Amino acid sequence: MTQTSTSDVTPDTAETQPTGTEPTETVMETVVNIGPSHPSTHGVCRVVVHLDGEVITHCEPIIGHLHRGIEKMAENRTYLQVVPLTDRLDYVGSMYANWAYCRAVERLAGIRVPERAEYIRVIVCELQRIASHMMGIGSTGADTGAFTAFMYTFAQREKVVELFELLCGARLTYNYVRPGGVSRDLPDGWVEQCRAFTAQHPSAMLEIDDLLLGNVIARARLKGVGVLTQVDAVAWGTSGPIARGSGVDWDLRRDDPYSVYPRFDFSVPLGDNGDSYDRARVRVWECVESCRIINQALDQLEPGSVQAEGLPRLLAPRPGDAYDHIESARGSLGVYLVSDGSPRLYRMKVRSPAFCNLAVLPLLAKGHTLSDLVVILGSLDPVFGEVDR
Amino acid sequence: MTLLWGFLWGVASVATIAGGAILGVWWERKVSARIQMRYGPQQIGPYGSLQMIADVPKLLFKEDIVPDLADKAVFKLAPLFVFGPVATSMVVIPFAAGWAPVDMSVGILFFLAVPSIEVIAILLSAWASHNTLSTIGGLRATAQMISYEIPRSLAVLSVVLLAGSLRPLDVLSAWQWWWAPLTFVGFVIYFIASIAEMNRGPFDIPEADSELVAGYFADYSGMRWASFMMAEYGSMIAASLFGAVVFFGGGWPLSGAAGVVLLVIKTVLIMTAVMWVKWTFPRPRQDQLMSFCWKVLTPLALLQLVIVGAVLPWL
Amino acid sequence: MKIEDLREHLCGIYPDLCPLFSIEFGDGVLCVSHERLHQAASDLKDLGFDRLGMVTAVDYGEEFELVYRLQSRAMHAGIFLKARIKRETPVIASVCDLWPAANWQEREVFDLFGITFDGHPDLRRILLTDDWVGYPLRKDYEDDRIIRRPDYI
Repeated sequence: MTQTSTSDVTPDTAETQPTGTEPTETVMETVVNIGPSHPSTHGVCRVVVHLDGEVITHCEPIIGHLHRGIEKMAENRTYLQVVPLTDRLDYVGSMYANWAYCRAVERLAGIRVPERAEYIRVIVCELQRIASHMMGIGSTGADTGAFTAFMYTFAQREKVVELFELLCGARLTYNYVRPGGVSRDLPDGWVEQCRAFTAQHPSAMLEIDDLLLGNVIARARLKGVGVLTQVDAVAWGTSGPIARGSGVDWDLRRDDPYSVYPRFDFSVPLGDNGDSYDRARVRVWECVESCRIINQALDQLEPGSVQAEGLPRLLAPRPGDAYDHIESARGSLGVYLVSDGSPRLYRMKVRSPAFCNLAVLPLLAKGHTLSDLVVILGSLDPVFGEVDR
Repeated sequence: MTLLWGFLWGVASVATIAGGAILGVWWERKVSARIQMRYGPQQIGPYGSLQMIADVPKLLFKEDIVPDLADKAVFKLAPLFVFGPVATSMVVIPFAAGWAPVDMSVGILFFLAVPSIEVIAILLSAWASHNTLSTIGGLRATAQMISYEIPRSLAVLSVVLLAGSLRPLDVLSAWQWWWAPLTFVGFVIYFIASIAEMNRGPFDIPEADSELVAGYFADYSGMRWASFMMAEYGSMIAASLFGAVVFFGGGWPLSGAAGVVLLVIKTVLIMTAVMWVKWTFPRPRQDQLMSFCWKVLTPLALLQLVIVGAVLPWL
Repeated sequence: MKIEDLREHLCGIYPDLCPLFSIEFGDGVLCVSHERLHQAASDLKDLGFDRLGMVTAVDYGEEFELVYRLQSRAMHAGIFLKARIKRETPVIASVCDLWPAANWQEREVFDLFGITFDGHPDLRRILLTDDWVGYPLRKDYEDDRIIRRPDYI
């Protein structure tokens, strides 16, 4: 229970505004600041909401509270030193930023990654997708008041995090994927533990789906709320579950295949209506599909080296620029690198999916109530480390 | 003399609510923990049962923060007015046949009417906080609590009809076992409407922690916050106790001290169900809540009343 | 679609863009002058590049390079659109009218590089505070808090 409100509130709760054409008619408008520190902004985001009664007439997300200038910091570091910085981008899914960055470096420096390392990267990133979606689905529950669903998803996330802890000793910022491979091989018995996890996960997802999305109140809260049309989804550059929830059939793992993804058999779940319910549903089924990919990858995993041979201690790629992207839990996460031939990066730009996805919030929230704003924001699943960078 | 007697029972009622709230919080933490695959408190006392004993001094010694822009007098007084009506309503509930703290001929009406004063106190606290989120919470609470009065009262009315009296002691002595199945729909309506009345999940829309942070008591701290908490638990205890008496015949089939024990068990079961509901369901939206009240609960309660009315001539 | 096919496709429809197309690190790159940027972006959109993935800039001293990453769902291809502008006159046409996705991205570039986008509906700082002085991602940006790390060579 919160005992003191941290929400900054405009002292004048009501202000009159002429509606333009008819100066006699006035609209009572309340301006509410949600955040920057608020239980359901999923980080530090401030949303200035203009309310007519409880209906949103206009809302504007104000971001940047978590801006640490990671792109500027990267210009001061060598290629290997940037990897820990990428952990801090999307702190719910650190492996993705690691991998996207490493792929860009590998493209720039022409490094060939051993096959085993590619498989391990796929496995950890699919596990990371599950962990990240558990946060996304769980917070859909927490935002609508179903806190129990949140605990159920976190029990699953905890299992993934324990697997990562065995792998690299960290639970949040893994720093595991490195240019040229991964930092270390899988520990003994890890594969069996991973199989045990993927064996129980789909049934756990069914239970969570039943508990949260099967509930009649949850359906009433999520269905038809925050509808993003397919045209808007493409035009606004959304990606990941937000675009796929609107029926945009676009998944980089399948449509711009990278790493060893062409070798796996999996399907891309799509939504029909583009509402909050479809976005949550897409996340649920993506988790099940991730389990299928992990199982196939574990079957095909063969012994070998996990680090490219003969890498210099200090990478200094030839001048030029390279871009690579992967499908993260939030969408297409791209890293654009510019090298001037020195051991330091000249410029790093992270194309963060959460940033682009968040831009549609004013579009989705208009005409809905304050309660729905929270649900819509939760269904976009922004991680502000990545939005603000 | 009556005044003194009333005062004593008032004190006893406050003590019951305070004690009940302490036990209730512990019980709720344990129940919710089991629902959520956790353990809940387990460090202080056996099964963590003394956890709340440790928490009360903490709340007492917390700084009492009053926001600068708040209407200070109203802000400070409002928590008392929230807690008062709940404690007052407790005194008319009979514990066993012929034994009610205050025997009132319109006791049932009193019980249904007095907690409604809480609405004013909630609105006062919300307005005095000078906080947009609090104000929205207070307005939501007002709309919700006034609306849910109606199905709640109608549901109780069917039992009143069967007993032919508004006096709680008469209802208890006239209670027959077959009233329970006959008025079961009424009980479910009473149960749902009571949850909305006490602003508990899933109908905790006025205080929705994910939207309004804590709604009307967002700016309160320390003991003033705790009195909101106690009022919530107090109304939960009162509503469960009243429900057990009116819809399940109090201590029936036992009588005397054993009956009182059975009544407490029934009350705890109803309370546990309230907690179970809270920790299972998501929160509906404000407009959905209102349409549920007016389009589902109220017609159903009227239907229940009609059925009971149809049975009456054959009694 | 393979990068060579993309080149042929592009040359078939827009022969004037063809000499500007090159391949770097396996990606198709189209370098245009800053006056032609909006027209080229519009042409590429008509060609099927319906998604604007990224807008960013790089400070090359005398010049800024604007980098647009476009993607086509139908062709399964991506392309870079690059344009250079002078440091003294950091102004370029906005592509907000083609892709609303450019809205926040161009605001970010404006915020961190100080490049003005002509025709942008709402050009304000987005990540930094409104009263921030300077544009941090420019190479000549100075701040006491930036500590140059030693070279490890």
